[in-house]
Amino acid sequence: MIFNLNKDINNKPFISIIIYFLIFIWVFVAAFPFIWTFWGSFKVELDFFSISNWTNAITGKNTEQTYGSPFTFVGYHGAWIQEEFWKAFINTSLVCFFVVITSLTIGTLGAYALSRSNYKYTFWLLIMALIFRAMPPITLVAGYLPPFFEWNLWGTLPTTIIVLVSINQPFTLWMLHSFFQNIPKELDESAKVDGCSQYQAFGHVIVPVMWPGIITTGLFSFLLAYNDFAVTSMLLSDENRTMVPKIAAFLGTTYTEGNVMFAVAAVVSATVPLFILIMFFQTKIVSGLTQGAVKG
Amino acid sequence: MKHKTFFWFIFPTFLAMFFFITLPIISVSLQSLHTPHENLLITVENCDPFGCKKATTIDHDATKKLKENNPLGQYVGLDIYFDRGHLAIQQVKNLWSKTNNIFEFLKLTADLPFYKALFFTLTFTFTVTPIMLVFGLLIALGVNSFNQKLKGLIIFFSLLPMIVTPLIGSIILFWMIDSRGIVGNFLQILFEDPNLSLKASTFLTWIMLIVYGVWHAIPFSFIVFYAGLQTLPKDQIESAKIDGANSFQQTIHIIIPHIMPLITFVTLMQLMDNFRVFEPIVGFNAEAHATSLSWIIFNDLGGETRQLSAAATSSILTILGIIILLLPVLIKTWKEFEFKK
Repeated sequence: MIFNLNKDINNKPFISIIIYFLIFIWVFVAAFPFIWTFWGSFKVELDFFSISNWTNAITGKNTEQTYGSPFTFVGYHGAWIQEEFWKAFINTSLVCFFVVITSLTIGTLGAYALSRSNYKYTFWLLIMALIFRAMPPITLVAGYLPPFFEWNLWGTLPTTIIVLVSINQPFTLWMLHSFFQNIPKELDESAKVDGCSQYQAFGHVIVPVMWPGIITTGLFSFLLAYNDFAVTSMLLSDENRTMVPKIAAFLGTTYTEGNVMFAVAAVVSATVPLFILIMFFQTKIVSGLTQGAVKG
Repeated sequence: MKHKTFFWFIFPTFLAMFFFITLPIISVSLQSLHTPHENLLITVENCDPFGCKKATTIDHDATKKLKENNPLGQYVGLDIYFDRGHLAIQQVKNLWSKTNNIFEFLKLTADLPFYKALFFTLTFTFTVTPIMLVFGLLIALGVNSFNQKLKGLIIFFSLLPMIVTPLIGSIILFWMIDSRGIVGNFLQILFEDPNLSLKASTFLTWIMLIVYGVWHAIPFSFIVFYAGLQTLPKDQIESAKIDGANSFQQTIHIIIPHIMPLITFVTLMQLMDNFRVFEPIVGFNAEAHATSLSWIIFNDLGGETRQLSAAATSSILTILGIIILLLPVLIKTWKEFEFKK
């Protein structure tokens, strides 16, 4: 395919121009909004939303007039210190850390069992997980609220962590299941022949070779927890808010107070960890996305 | 694996899913059949030197007792499903008899809150999914012909729209298409209309949300198809070339059939994900022009008055919708399983 298309490109400059143009447009469309917003987050509102001249957003004309420099950290200061975005950042870190650890622990055990059992109930469990995976999480929230209010569990981080872990289980199970199926069964079978129990076979033989799959699945568990808006905004009280619901809350208040730049700074701050994540784990993310497809 | 060993391995995850997915579904379906108790009223006669007055007050004791006896509320059967906020049977019947043709009927039905959300959700799902499939495949075919270093860079930037938090991604685009933002500004110059605002019209709002949906979803299909292209049967392509097939014919007759399972997979995942569309409506502040099923559930749950019964009913209808959507896949999986036996 690769050499084939290259030949085509060499023979037909018309096709190659269209292809290069399409790819260029896509990369631009994908990256430009982030670059633009990042650049604009160091400006004042009059530059970021410029009515008079859009080039102000690049040169920072009004920012320079106000602060003497085309760059200002006023938005970041306002968001992180004045609006206490640091609290939301800590909350998000806690939620993501515990969700990833817990999901992976119980998901690994479950997925391993599912991949090593051939009984009919295995199939039904996987189908149930598929249906659960397909359901929008928001449909469950009406079921959470009455008992959480009744037992005073609503609004706290641990409750939300447990809920997020459970909602992510179907996805984690499917992903790890397809991963474990690619680890030959002969590995743990031979360990069992040598006198290991199933638990020992898992601990001594499977655990050492499972880390690539665990890391990939962990990345996606992290993203599910980090990106969630519907569930976290319904289950967390105002002071326990994570970053995404906090940003949503920002929008309402900052528009009225004229502090849009706080929201812009908060949005950029919340995107930076994801940016770093892609930088370090690009190949893992790509393999995770394709794993379910190519092998499942 | 022995049943007992299997049980202990699966137990923690089963427990989590049972308590936080299965039980909530049961609770939601029960809530959708009940409404909260109305306060019981009592009429008392207060007499003072100026005469007697009858006053109606809430009978707190009796109300409390009633609530304790039936914590779910009053059983109303399918009433909530048929009320104006959901399936609106009565209103739909009226419209059906009043309107002259199907278009008028659909147009008026689309004003009812549930149908409004349903129409948008379905439109979004069935426009975004095919568009992202086509663009994803085109980009994958194109990137495949680049050199290795450039590919890595392209994939890096391509991942951004998908990995970014949906709410944040939609807010970023929303700021840009704001009439004072760069895209909004640019469109005003392009169409020579200084008052052009994408937010003001329903049609443009829908387009905007669909564009966001495609932007967010293209990376997924692109990456999956790109991975599939790495495993193309080279000998088939060689022989097709010898037979004189051009690159378009090769794409249609060899590449597409080869990655067909991937196309099915991406379609399935996208139908699921697009059906739950929610964050962009919040991010684009678009609820005046577009609502989705997830959005009406969220809206009922939030605010001062948590309308749990209404939200529960919408939730059940949404779950039924997703099951209908996935039914072909479930039947296919079942047949494969039976076949294997």
